[in-house]
Amino acid sequence: MASRPLRKTLGGVVTYLVWIFMSVFTLLPIYWMFVVSARSRVELFGGPNLIQTTFFAENYLKPLSNPAYRGYLVNSLIIATSNAVLVMILAIMATYALSRYRLKGDANIFFWTITNRMAPPAVFLLPLFLLYTRVIKIGEWSLFDTHIGIILIYCVFNLPFAIWLLKGTIDGIPAELDEAALVDGANTLTVIVRIIVPLAAPTIAISGILSWIFAWNEYLFAATLTSVNARTITTGLAEFVTVTGTNWGEMAAMAVVAILPGLLFLSLVQRYIVTGLTFGAVKE
Amino acid sequence: MRATRVGWGLLAPTLIILGFVGVVPFLYVVYVGFFDWDIFAAKVGMVFAGVNNYRRLVFDSEYLAALGRTLQFMIWVVASELLLGFGLAQLLAKNFWGRSVFRTIHALPLVVAPIAVGATWRLFTIPGFGPLPYYLDKWFGIEYSISRYASHAFTTIVLMDIWHWTPFVTLTLVAGLTALPREPFEQALVDGANRWQVFRYLTLPLLTPVLVTTTFIRIMDALRVVDEVWMLTGGGPGTSTRFVGLHIWLVVFPKTAYGYGAAMSLLTLYFTIVLSWLLFIAITQSGKQTAS
Repeated sequence: MASRPLRKTLGGVVTYLVWIFMSVFTLLPIYWMFVVSARSRVELFGGPNLIQTTFFAENYLKPLSNPAYRGYLVNSLIIATSNAVLVMILAIMATYALSRYRLKGDANIFFWTITNRMAPPAVFLLPLFLLYTRVIKIGEWSLFDTHIGIILIYCVFNLPFAIWLLKGTIDGIPAELDEAALVDGANTLTVIVRIIVPLAAPTIAISGILSWIFAWNEYLFAATLTSVNARTITTGLAEFVTVTGTNWGEMAAMAVVAILPGLLFLSLVQRYIVTGLTFGAVKE
Repeated sequence: MRATRVGWGLLAPTLIILGFVGVVPFLYVVYVGFFDWDIFAAKVGMVFAGVNNYRRLVFDSEYLAALGRTLQFMIWVVASELLLGFGLAQLLAKNFWGRSVFRTIHALPLVVAPIAVGATWRLFTIPGFGPLPYYLDKWFGIEYSISRYASHAFTTIVLMDIWHWTPFVTLTLVAGLTALPREPFEQALVDGANRWQVFRYLTLPLLTPVLVTTTFIRIMDALRVVDEVWMLTGGGPGTSTRFVGLHIWLVVFPKTAYGYGAAMSLLTLYFTIVLSWLLFIAITQSGKQTAS
């Protein structure tokens, strides 16, 4: 039987060994991608050396000076931002309604909303593709390859997620606060803007950021429902692999550009994002 | 009581949008599934076919194989991620120097786009270029090739999924562990319970709700995996890593077999729902037994 302090030290050593191993496992593929993105073709021929001291900027500059890829980036920014804003406005309204009003079947509505998040996207690809290209068509105009079309689709997973996150927070705001304001003659919209939004601001920020990241990261719908005008950066990245085949340096550079916003958000508001990502499973 | 009309008014935009992108496509896929519809076929337009599409589907060995592979993949990743995540959560729930740094690094894959996860792993494992096959060969003499051996491709996809999603399990369980009430544990220590007893009769039952939800979310996510696999192996070698979502995507769109594809989509949705429902019941039942 080992003595207590010895066991404690041993436990500490194990903890660090495990976490150092896990960190290396997590970082190695990402590190390698950065390395590849910094290498010229000639360097890449030299075999998979893990140490890199030079930086071959052309891998980044060449695709970024290509108007097509710049367009993809702009599209991703427009779509992710509009979707996040739309989702936040709708989710605040909907969650407030679910939280404060006794509506017929509101528990069922809440549950149904959540199930939208869980549906496999591949199942909805075909019907949405057909609806977007053939069924919903006014003259020559259809939702296919439009920003608004993609923004609406991203609501199918972001809206439930935001409502899910906000429900706990808004439920936690005492109803007396908004009732008092209502008695004073404020209307519902004023109550939401002046009382609910400030008090729920942290949760609203988290769900906004996460909605933005999810929209930025999405690939399958963007690949199926856009062709030229509304292509996003993730589809651009996938095209890179299939079209250019083995231009590893530029492909890695594009992948770095694609993951940069997520990494940036994570490093800036790390703790909140972690809470947000796991909130769905844990009601505190 | 407040006017319910205002409540419905606030809820309406959400219901309309979710109806438009969630319910309408569902109804439409049910409808199209009853027709023969192929825009390249001799007879253009939709021809009513009754349940023919479904009859064909039940004998479509490629589709059934894709379903089987998805199931196999789901079992592997969910089991590994739960075990690993549970262990890591135990280590992360305690306070130690550098904890938040390790947690941030661990959480990194969660914000990476699935398509970029696939790209990252492709660069890392592609034969003749990635460091993994190179060093496995150089140091251990192991021939490792995701483009030649189906089992290597499958294992790599499982590993990639573990890399991508274990953090989700770890972090939810850490949140669950830190939210547990303190008193029962203090009481158990006073009563002289050993570590195993505390774990078996306190931690596990108290954590069951979180465990069930986490498992459920992971199962649903594993069943719908597409992007990463598409980028890493493209479903290959052959069709060995073509999971059901990828199968629908690769078969329906290039062939424009819309009616058949609709039936396939619907049947997949049905399988997903039934499977998760059964698993949900199984998990909650066993959870109740653990708790009692």
